[in-house]
Amino acid sequence: MSKALRPSDGAVWTDGIAAVHQHVAHGMITVRADLNTAPIKAAITSATGVAIPAKLSIETGADAALCWMSPDELLVLCDADQAGAVTKQLQEALAQHHALVANMSDARVIFSVSGAQARDVVSKLVPVDLSPDTFKPGMLRRTRLAQVAAGLWMPDDDTICVLCFRSVSEYAHTILKQAAQAGSSVFRR
Amino acid sequence: MSARLPKGGRFIDRSKQVKFIFNSRALKGVEGDTVASALLANGQTLMGRSFKYHRPRGVVASGAEEPNALMNHGLDGRFEPNQRATTTELYDNLRVETQNHWPSLNFDIGALNTKLSRFLPAGFYYKMFIHPRPLWKHVYEPIIRHSAGLGAAPKDRDDDSYEHFYTFTDVLVIGGGIAGLQAAKTAADSGAKVLLMEQTAHWGGRAPIDEDLAGGTIDGGSVQSFVDQMVADLAAMDNVTMRLRCMGAGIYDHGYVLGYERLTDHAPKTDGPRHRLWRVRAGQVITATGAIERPLSFAGNDIPGVMLASAVRDYVENYGVSPGDRTVVVTNNDSAYLTAFAMKRAGLDVPCIIDARADGGGALAVQACDMGIRVERGKAIASVKGTRHVTGVGLCAQAGSGAVLEEIPCDVVAMSGGWSPVVHLWSHCGGKLTWDDSEAFFRPDPNRPPLGADGQGFVSVAGAANGAMGLGAALEDGGNAGASVRKAGTTSVTRNVSSPEYAPIEPVWMMPHGAPYKLRSKAWLDFQNDVKVSDVQLAAQEGFESVEHAKRYTTLGMATDQGKLSNINGLAILSDALGQPIPQTGTTTFRPPYTPISLGAIAGEAHRERFQPLRQTPMHAWHDANGADWEPVGQWRRPYAYVRPGETVQQAVNREVVNTRDNLGLLDASTLGKIIVKGPDAGRFLDMMYTNMMSTLKPGKCRYGLMCSENGFLIDDGVVARIDDDTFLCHTTTGGADSIHAHMEEWLQTEWWDWKVYTTNVTEQFAQIAVVGPNARKVLEKLGGMDVSKEALGFMEWRDGTLAGIDCRAYRISFSGELSYEIAVPANQGQALWDALVTAGEEFGAMPYGTETLHILRAEKGFIMIGDETDGTVIPQDLGLHWAISKKKDDFLGKRAQERNYMVDDSRWKLVGLETLDGSTLPDGAYAVAEGDNANGQRNMQGRVTSTYYSANLKKGIAMGLVLNGPDRMGEVIDFPKTDGASIATRIVDPVFFDKDGEKQNV
Repeated sequence: MSKALRPSDGAVWTDGIAAVHQHVAHGMITVRADLNTAPIKAAITSATGVAIPAKLSIETGADAALCWMSPDELLVLCDADQAGAVTKQLQEALAQHHALVANMSDARVIFSVSGAQARDVVSKLVPVDLSPDTFKPGMLRRTRLAQVAAGLWMPDDDTICVLCFRSVSEYAHTILKQAAQAGSSVFRR
Repeated sequence: MSARLPKGGRFIDRSKQVKFIFNSRALKGVEGDTVASALLANGQTLMGRSFKYHRPRGVVASGAEEPNALMNHGLDGRFEPNQRATTTELYDNLRVETQNHWPSLNFDIGALNTKLSRFLPAGFYYKMFIHPRPLWKHVYEPIIRHSAGLGAAPKDRDDDSYEHFYTFTDVLVIGGGIAGLQAAKTAADSGAKVLLMEQTAHWGGRAPIDEDLAGGTIDGGSVQSFVDQMVADLAAMDNVTMRLRCMGAGIYDHGYVLGYERLTDHAPKTDGPRHRLWRVRAGQVITATGAIERPLSFAGNDIPGVMLASAVRDYVENYGVSPGDRTVVVTNNDSAYLTAFAMKRAGLDVPCIIDARADGGGALAVQACDMGIRVERGKAIASVKGTRHVTGVGLCAQAGSGAVLEEIPCDVVAMSGGWSPVVHLWSHCGGKLTWDDSEAFFRPDPNRPPLGADGQGFVSVAGAANGAMGLGAALEDGGNAGASVRKAGTTSVTRNVSSPEYAPIEPVWMMPHGAPYKLRSKAWLDFQNDVKVSDVQLAAQEGFESVEHAKRYTTLGMATDQGKLSNINGLAILSDALGQPIPQTGTTTFRPPYTPISLGAIAGEAHRERFQPLRQTPMHAWHDANGADWEPVGQWRRPYAYVRPGETVQQAVNREVVNTRDNLGLLDASTLGKIIVKGPDAGRFLDMMYTNMMSTLKPGKCRYGLMCSENGFLIDDGVVARIDDDTFLCHTTTGGADSIHAHMEEWLQTEWWDWKVYTTNVTEQFAQIAVVGPNARKVLEKLGGMDVSKEALGFMEWRDGTLAGIDCRAYRISFSGELSYEIAVPANQGQALWDALVTAGEEFGAMPYGTETLHILRAEKGFIMIGDETDGTVIPQDLGLHWAISKKKDDFLGKRAQERNYMVDDSRWKLVGLETLDGSTLPDGAYAVAEGDNANGQRNMQGRVTSTYYSANLKKGIAMGLVLNGPDRMGEVIDFPKTDGASIATRIVDPVFFDKDGEKQNV
C-alpha cells in the first residue's frame, strides 16, 4: 500500500529572494512531562540520545532533535520511519512517570526558508527579533506566522525552519512565497 | 503665471522628461518632480475645489501638510483618491484628476455654495436638518451624502501587493533633517543599533535650502555638504539602517512604532510590494520631525497663488519652478525673507515684503533692504484680489481694521505666520506640550514625555520639532537627543555653526488685527474643510468652549490633513473669542497616523488568497475535485454537499440524505476536535469538565458527554473514548477543538494545577471518516483487517486494528441513527482510506455526504447541535438532556449555576420537535407568537426555531425549537409568522422523527 504524501511535500520554490522548501514527512512526537525532574530528563535522553534543551532552544543529536515547546512539553524530531519506534521507546522509558507521549508526525508540516535573505523574509510574517545577534542556530521560538501558530529554528545561519499545523500548510506555503516575492528585498544586497 | 525656471532645481534632472496626464491633458515634467511641481511648471495653478463651498484652490504647501492639491490618482486596480500632489512623485504615464467638482475643474456648479456661504455657517447642517426628524433619513442625508466627500471611492480590487516587516532596534530616529541625522550619528557612534526614517525621498530636510539662502554654514562648509557627509558616514555604519520614503506614522505603547514605507509609488511598474509597514519595537524613539509653517489669516488667503512662504522657495530651489512672476511676501517672522531672496536669485520680482511687526525683522530684513526690496513694517494684507488666481493684494495697517492704503499687483502671495513644531508623534502616546510664548508655538514638554512600561520616557524630540529653531540650535538639540540614548560614552560633538540671528516673531492670528466680519468671513483657517475665522468665532459665541467641541462643531482640523496648517491658528482664534490665553484652550488630540496610510499597508500580506488561513482536511483536494459545495466551519472549509453535474445543491442534499439511510454514506469528519487527556487524575478531571460521569467509563468504551461553562451554559459536546486506565480521548465539535483544549488547559493551569493531568490536541494528527448506513459493516468487512461485527465492536465501543492495510482506530458511534463507524487513521493515510472506501463501497451504493446531510440526519433523530440548539444561553436541562447530567457527582463545571432560581424556572423554553401542518419547512430562526403584547408594546413570543430542514427521507419539513412549556404541550398547534405576513401553523411533537427506538443503529 503506497503512502499518501501531502500534495506539496518536497516542493522547492526558488523564484524569489529566498528559497521556500516544503519538507517531506518528518517524525514528530509530542512529549508532555515535567522537564525539571531528573529521572524524566534521563528517560527522555536515553530514549532519544539527545540532551533536554534549555528554554527556547532546540538540541540536535545524531538521530533526533528535541524542541523546547513549553516548560512541560517537548517536540521530538526524527526520521519519519522511526517515529513509531521512538514513540514506543519514549512511552516505555516514561512508563513509570506521569507523562504523555503522542506520535504527531502527521499533524504538522515543516518548511524551510533559505538564502542570505531568509531572516528578512520570515521577519515579514513573524513578530520576533530575527537579527543575527538575537536569533541564532540552536534557538527556538513559538510564535505566529501571520495568522497561524508557528515554531521557528535555524538549522544553519542561512536557513529558518518554520513549523506549522498541517491544515494550514497551503496558507503557510502561500504567504512564505509571497514574503519572498521577487523585488521585495528589504535591504539592498 | 507659474513656469519652469531656466535653471536650478536640486531634486530634478532636466535631461529626463516624464510624460503624465492631468485631467485628460498630456503634460510633461522632469524626473524628480512631484505632481505639484510639474503642474506648476506647466502653468497649472488651479488644482482642486474646496469641500464645502467648492472654491477654486491651488497648492499651498510643498509637503505632507498640503490641504488643497488632493487628486484622484491612477486607474482601475491602482486607483486611489485624495493623493497629495505635493508628495506624489512623478513617473511616466502617471494619471491624476482633480476632485470635488462638477462638471469640470474650471466651471463648477457647486461653487454656487460660496455665494450662499452666509447661509452655510458652522453648525448649519445640525441646525437646519434636525427638524422634521424623518426628513433627515429620507431626504437630507442622501443629498448631503452625495455632495460630500473628496475623491471617488475605488471600484476595483487593488492590483498591488503589500507587506509588513517586524524589526527591533535600540534607537529609532524619525526624520532625516539635520537634527535627525545628528541624533542618529551621535547615537550610532556609541554602538547602538539605529534605524533612521525619512518620509521624503531626500535627506537633509529644509536646512540646505534655507541656510543656503541665509548664508549659514556648518564647520565652514555648506549645510548640503554637511548633510552629504553625514549620510555617507551613517551609510557606512553596520549598526545603522536608513530608509527614505518611510514615514513614522504612529507611536504606541511599549516602544512600538509604525513606519510607512512607499516602495514603488514613484515607480509603479517595478516588482515587489507597493508599501511596506515597518512594525518597529524601539528601545528609545527620537522624533526629529521638523516644523510646519503656519498660514496667516487674511481675507482671500485661499485664492490660488497664496502659498506658504517656505513652499514658494521650495518650488524654486528644489524643482526649478516659479509659482509666479511677482511675489508679495507677508510675514510676522524673519524666515519668510528667505523666500524673497530665492525669488530675487531666480530673477523674479518681489514688489514688497509686508512685515506685520511694527519693528520689522533682524539681519535678514537689513539684507532685504540692502538688496533694494521694498519692506513695509507694521503692515498687513487687507484682502487678496482675484478669483481664480491672485492678481494683487490690498495693503493696510496691521493694527487697523483693513482700510486699504494701496493695491499691490502680484501673482503670488508668500505667507508665513510662524512655525509649529511637528509634535504629532510625541503626542501619540501621551507626550504633553507646553506653550512657548516667545516663539508662539506649542513644543514638547520634556518633563512630561510618553512613558514606557518602566515609568520612564521612551520618546525624545530633536531639532525644530522640539522648538529648537535655527541651524545651531537644531544641530545641538539633535546631538543632545542622540547622546541621551547612547549606550555609553562621550558627549556629543560640538560644531562650528554660523547662521544669521532672527528677530523675535510677533504672533499674528488675525490680519489685520481689527478685521471686520466681512474680512473674517473670507479668512480661511482650514482650507480642506472650508472653516473660516468667522466660523470658529461663531462656535465660541454659541458656547462651544472646549477645543474638542469647537473642532467637531466647525469640523476644523477634521479633514484628511488633520489640521496640520489650521489647528494652531484655529485654537488661537478660539482663545481670543473666549478671552483666554492659548495654553488654557489647549490643543485637540493628535492621533496616528501622521498622514493617511494605505489600507493595503495595514492589511500587509492578508490580501486575496492570503486574506485568511483556510484549514484543509487531508481529503480536501478530493472533495474539491468531486463537486464539493464548500461551507465555512470555523476556519475550515467543509463540503456542504457533493453536487453532481445537472443537480442543484438542494437536489444533491436530498440524494445524499436518502442514500445514507438506504445504502452507504461517507463523511469526512476529520475536523472534529480530538484531545488526549492523560494522567492519574484524568478521570477526576473529566468528571469536572463534563456534566456526566466519565471516570466510570471502561477502557474500550465510548460515552457521549456534555460540557458546560461555569455559568451552566452548554459550550460543547462529543464522544469520549477511554483508551486505558490513565488515558481518554475527547471528541469536540469542529469549532470547539481549540477553544475546548484551551478551556481544559486553563482549568488545569489556574485552578487544578496540582492535578496530574496532561492534555494534547491531536485533531490534526488524524483523518477521521464516518462510514454510515445499512451497508457500513459490509464495506469495512470487504476492506478487511479487523473484526467489525456486532459482537467484536458493539455500539459505543472502539477498537484498534487495521483496515485496508492501514493502522486505524475504529469507533462504533453514530450521529445519524444508522449503523455507523468512525475510522481514525494518521492524517497522511486519510486519502488512501477514503479512496479505498469509495472503491470498495461502489457495490454498496457508497456516496460521500456533506455537512447539510449530517445536519438533517441528526435532526431526524432529534440529536442536538452545538450552535443550533445552543446559543450561549441554553442549559442541558432546556434540551431535555437530564439523562446526561450526573446526580452522583459532587461537582462539575456548571453544576452550581444550573441550580440558580432562573435556571430551574419552569418557564424556560424547552426543546420540542416542530411539524408544520402543511408539511412545509419552517424558516430558520422563526419565532412563535403568543397572545398579547409585552411592556414594550411588542408581540409576546412563546418559542423559536433552532433547526429546520426538509427531510427527503420523511418527505416533509422537520424542525426543532425551544418552546414555552413545550414538552407539556405535545400535539398543540402554534403559529410561526413569516416575514411576508402569513403564518405557519405548526404542531408541537416529539423531537425524534425517525426510528425512535434506535433499531437501525443497533444492528
